[in-house]
Amino acid sequence: MYLLLADWLLTLIEKFVLIAVIVTTALIVAMYSTYAERKIAAFLQDRVGPNRAGPFGLLQPLADGVKLFMKEEIIPLTSSRFLFILGPMLAMITATMTSAVIPWGSTIDIAGRVVPLQIADINIGVLYIFGVVSLGVYGIMIGGWASNNKFSLLAAVRGASQMISYELAMGLSLLAVLLIVGDLRMSVIVNHQMAHGWNVFYQPLGFLIFFVCALAECNRTPFDLPEAENELNFGYHQEYSSMKLGFYLFAEYINMFISGVVMATLFFGGYDIPFFNEAAHAGTWWVGLLGFLCLMTKAALSIFLFMWIRWTIPRFRFDQLMNLGWRGLLPLALINMLITAAVVLWLNTK
Amino acid sequence: MGITQLLFWILAIASLFSALMVVTSKNPVYSVIWLIITFFTISGHYVLLNAQFLAIVNIIVYAGAIMVLFLFVIMLMNLSKETEPQKNKWLRLIGALAGGCLMLVLVAALKDTAGKDAELGTGSIGLIQNLGSVLFHDYVVPFEISSILFLSAMVGAVVIGKKEERTGPREGNRQLVEDAKESMGV
Repeated sequence: MYLLLADWLLTLIEKFVLIAVIVTTALIVAMYSTYAERKIAAFLQDRVGPNRAGPFGLLQPLADGVKLFMKEEIIPLTSSRFLFILGPMLAMITATMTSAVIPWGSTIDIAGRVVPLQIADINIGVLYIFGVVSLGVYGIMIGGWASNNKFSLLAAVRGASQMISYELAMGLSLLAVLLIVGDLRMSVIVNHQMAHGWNVFYQPLGFLIFFVCALAECNRTPFDLPEAENELNFGYHQEYSSMKLGFYLFAEYINMFISGVVMATLFFGGYDIPFFNEAAHAGTWWVGLLGFLCLMTKAALSIFLFMWIRWTIPRFRFDQLMNLGWRGLLPLALINMLITAAVVLWLNTK
Repeated sequence: MGITQLLFWILAIASLFSALMVVTSKNPVYSVIWLIITFFTISGHYVLLNAQFLAIVNIIVYAGAIMVLFLFVIMLMNLSKETEPQKNKWLRLIGALAGGCLMLVLVAALKDTAGKDAELGTGSIGLIQNLGSVLFHDYVVPFEISSILFLSAMVGAVVIGKKEERTGPREGNRQLVEDAKESMGV
């Protein structure tokens, strides 16, 4: 009985430590994504970028954070005070929640205890991600409405309709991956890719659809219509100031990082190290660490791709965006799913 | 009291409270937000019954999609006490009566299930594999028929949405110009 309790407590502590580490990692990556964004923008526009705070401007994100914290906090008198504060909170919570089901690495041994580098390996892993993504719109909607500003509301409605439209194609492209793997657990999806090769080779079209939808879900250019300055002044966070605005901006970068990690996990083998047989060195700490670093590299590459696109392609018009989502991506994803299902069925019955 | 039982009581109280708040909230936006919380607590109950698939689908479909549309409509209508037509006393009474009848039926239906206790954490029908084989094997015909029903509803929604395009603003303007011309005798 005591042994059982001790084991239970150890697991609890282990999970708490893991949650703290992962959320901190996500925050730090998001922090330096802002720096990377400005540097990449500067590079693409033939500028220098931030170079004053620290060597190469490396302390710039800290300076930005301090600035946001020190700014005056303004809550408009005509706003719904509680919902106005709830908005950025929800944006931040939904941004970090997805990280719970992502396998960040294989297992590692700590003093004879096998510790999986995943917070929760639930049997509906992919659907959980999908659920959290579908909740992501509340931060924008509630914040935009509570501001009591027509531009904010317009931006919030735009954001919500855009996210709902692109969720469908995203879900259908995910289904094709699930048909190949045959399981919803994230860890099984990664292991399947280790054994049979990365999903992106089986599902190139599915990956493309997923990538475009991820851009739209993160409100990144060319889909950043909720933040279209020239039409909406500033977007759904127009009335926000100080760190509440910071939370909205920050949540976007966390979303970008998490969607990079999700794409790496679903299509690029997760923590799989290319051209290397992990099974031969299973359980050793350096393989776990290398796998984690590999996953981070894959995520960083996709963040770079997001930024590259942002500073290269102009914004869509709203009707173009809806056309692409409903008439372009959705039928394409449906066809992709049907063909995948037929091929999987044919291979299984052969 | 085990941990499952404790969780059940917390969830039950939370779901009853949030459901009451849906009805009693003055502002419809707050009502919708309480309804979202109600869906979350119901999903919690599903998890306790070891039906993770139902739990997450409940969140994706109801909290993630349908409630967003509700919020959408209510936010755009900008309802308030001044603009919203207040229902009269009799309508409220009849509404309460109808709700009471529904509750009576539900209680009557649940009265005979005393011997059948819920399987806490041991049942497996809510898992995705079992649910899939039940829906697509045992009940495949009713399932497909209901999907046709959904399809017809979707087609109906598209048809209703399309109808408004015919009387666009430009055509209306043209009509106005014609009328004006006629009245002036041109």
